[in-house]
Amino acid sequence: MTGVSQQGHSLFRIAMRSLLSSKATTTALALMAIVVLLTLAAPLLSPWDIDSTDWDNVATSPSIETAHYFGTDDVGRDIFVRTLYGGRISLLVGLSATMVSLVIGVFWGAIAGYAGGRTDQLMMRFVDVMYAMPFMFFVILLMVFFGRNIFLIFVAVGAVNWLDMARIVRGQTLSMKHREFVEAARAGGVSNLNIIRRHIIPNLLGVVIVYVTLTIPQVILVESFLSFLGLGVQEPMTSWGALVNDGAALMESAPWTLFFPALFLAATLFCFNFIGDGLRDALDPRDSAGES
Amino acid sequence: MTMPVATTAMPLLELKSLNVSFAGRDGITRAVKDLSYTLKTSETLGIVGESGSGKTQSVMSLMGLLPHNATVSGKAMLNGTDLLALSQSELNRVRGKDIAMVFQDPMTSLNPHLTVGAQMSLVARRHLGKSKRDALAECRLMLEAVRIPEVAKRMTQYPHELSGGMRQRVMIATALLCKPKLLIADEPTTALDVTVQAQILELMCELQTDFATAILLITHDMGVVAGTCDRVLVMSKGECVEENFVEPLFATPQHPYTRALLAAVPRLNEVNTELNQPTDTAQRLEARGLEVTYSVDSKRFLAAAHQLKALRGVDLNLIAGETLGVVGESGCGKSTLARAVLNLIPSSAGDVLLMGESLQKLTAKQLRAMRSDMQIIFQDPLASLNPRMTIADILCEPLDTYHPNLSRAEKLRRASIMIEKVGLSPEQLTRYPHEFSGGQCQRIGIARALMFEPKLIVCDEPVSALDVSVQAKVVQLLIELQKELNLSLVFIAHDLAVVRQISHRVMVMYLGKVVELADRDEIYSSPRHPYTRALISAVPIPDPKLQQSLGFAAISGDLPSPLHPPAGCAFCTRCPLAEPRCANEEPPLRAVGRSMVACHLAD
Repeated sequence: MTGVSQQGHSLFRIAMRSLLSSKATTTALALMAIVVLLTLAAPLLSPWDIDSTDWDNVATSPSIETAHYFGTDDVGRDIFVRTLYGGRISLLVGLSATMVSLVIGVFWGAIAGYAGGRTDQLMMRFVDVMYAMPFMFFVILLMVFFGRNIFLIFVAVGAVNWLDMARIVRGQTLSMKHREFVEAARAGGVSNLNIIRRHIIPNLLGVVIVYVTLTIPQVILVESFLSFLGLGVQEPMTSWGALVNDGAALMESAPWTLFFPALFLAATLFCFNFIGDGLRDALDPRDSAGES
Repeated sequence: MTMPVATTAMPLLELKSLNVSFAGRDGITRAVKDLSYTLKTSETLGIVGESGSGKTQSVMSLMGLLPHNATVSGKAMLNGTDLLALSQSELNRVRGKDIAMVFQDPMTSLNPHLTVGAQMSLVARRHLGKSKRDALAECRLMLEAVRIPEVAKRMTQYPHELSGGMRQRVMIATALLCKPKLLIADEPTTALDVTVQAQILELMCELQTDFATAILLITHDMGVVAGTCDRVLVMSKGECVEENFVEPLFATPQHPYTRALLAAVPRLNEVNTELNQPTDTAQRLEARGLEVTYSVDSKRFLAAAHQLKALRGVDLNLIAGETLGVVGESGCGKSTLARAVLNLIPSSAGDVLLMGESLQKLTAKQLRAMRSDMQIIFQDPLASLNPRMTIADILCEPLDTYHPNLSRAEKLRRASIMIEKVGLSPEQLTRYPHEFSGGQCQRIGIARALMFEPKLIVCDEPVSALDVSVQAKVVQLLIELQKELNLSLVFIAHDLAVVRQISHRVMVMYLGKVVELADRDEIYSSPRHPYTRALISAVPIPDPKLQQSLGFAAISGDLPSPLHPPAGCAFCTRCPLAEPRCANEEPPLRAVGRSMVACHLAD
């Protein structure tokens, strides 16, 4: 009977197949891969550095001859290189801060919802207190204590975003814990931790994934806001958010400084949304395992 | 096959080779194949079939309520107009006015945000063009016609404030508002208790004579058909396999499928199962004075919470290899009893002993160790299986918990032995729950319970969500497994006929108390409590002659709120025999003949 595990449709394989069967998701995945590869290969693609100033071409439009493919900004820096480098920061912040909020939020919410009673009250009041703390105050506090560091942005954004996640997950858990399969697990002597891990969290995935795809863009935007206030990434390093901000100031004289970073940012956000939708459907055995 | 010929003038509804098919991922599914029938004014046609037979789809197509991936062909002439050829806006005029529909679940088909009066008057204003005041007056009359007490009060209530039977009456009243020529009732009583079902069916029969409406009754229950329909059409896999007047159909069914369907209906008066003979007389399970209280928040600000006593002192005992059937209407505390016995919910008083050991005194860890001895099977088979786990994982979980040292291969070996035992094949282990039918899911639920090698299984309405033919098989499976493994079963159901098939003893509950307890033959042949008698007479009998001579209604009214149970005998508000004494003195459970009865008047 060992054949069962080999010929079985593993959830992963089903998920991949279903993920790739949707045109929108496949396109989004491909586009995402291109963006990521571009940001990684940035130094190979352009002779310019992120902080090198080309005094001969200040605020010039895109041109192939000068190798300023996306043009230059008002101090003569190459937008192409800066967009790709900025992408590294934006993607890193977006993904890692979301991961932080995902892990903490899901566990916090699931435990609070499943335990109920006083534990639930205590855990959720803590969340409320955190909510009440002004975000900027929190970030400034972190900066004062630990100095300016890109890592702190992840921590700050993640520490705030998990609150929403915890609330959503708790609400879902409350409705889930009276479902009969959870009751069956309790009647079967499964430990509380295993019930949360095996029975509750997998059934929350749909909601969680949708929320994650909403969070990533949000985090990227928050990062740009922080950068704008001088609390995020600092020159000469940059991010899409910071570039868009700079570009917005030059919108009339040098629109390309806004257009290209904004294009990358928008394309990435679109990709995340489509990938999120695709993942939600793919990870649900009810939708994907039907054919076979 | 004898086809009844319509002798009078033009039929009200005439279906000509109706086809419904759905385009899905797996290609095209033909839900209804070449279905034709006619329906005359003030006639009742029953459409019977198992779930998936296309009976609902065939009428949904008449109403234009099919999903977008459906294609319909054929003709459906209602008074000379082809319903299938109408545009959306033309259909809107017909729907509600000429055809009305009553759905299975009265809770989900009423708008929870509107009062009864508001949603009913909407229909009257839309289709009858009445002013607001006239519409409300019309609604009041109609609610009286469906015999709802305290109409003025009900009009201002929201659906959740009404009982299930009351909601279904409101649905029927709404449907009849425009005096439709055709009333489609899609499993109108499936979600209701037998006692309430009897009331609703009787009401529908009476209203039909009052309003001269043709009724299309869709149901899976042959008993319901026998008492209400003039003609019956049996559907299987989208096709009509037999059509006949109700009496000949029951007397001499022609098609093997009809015969199988009739044979599967459990009958109160005959038992065709052979039960296990318990040999060991050691007590497996004992409950003493078990009480469960829920706190219900008061609606008033800062007022103390209400105490809802779901169980009010229940005693029971069970020996090895025996089955105790528990019956009662919904809200009588059956499911609470199931969970309290297994200590899944805390009890506020009393004690449960499993093989002599008191569960209340155990620590959480000891209790968890004991859990493998006592298992539960749930009502909704699909909901009781985690949708994201394969059947193999579901069946192996008990082993993961109690025998974590076994290898994966050994666990799978045991799972495949077990799945064969419940009548499925080991190849199905890699599938997910949603790929199985209700009956198969219930078999998996049983297999999971058996993986623990339990001594006691509490079955909480294990067959009520299943088709009749599947019910019989699942019950048979449980009986066989009991014989083989010497299991003790607590079998909870609201269907008395099913309980009779499997139980050694039967316990009848009313508002959290036991009102009668006796051996199964005793309780069915000479029920002593008036409530037991009412329950038994409310069961629809799959025999048209007998059913029509007996009528339906057994007891009137609904279960009183468990928040404020009546003083004295809890049943006295609905009891046909009630005396002044019953309202004051609470009758104890006492031995009368060979039964235990809680009634002052039993002897």
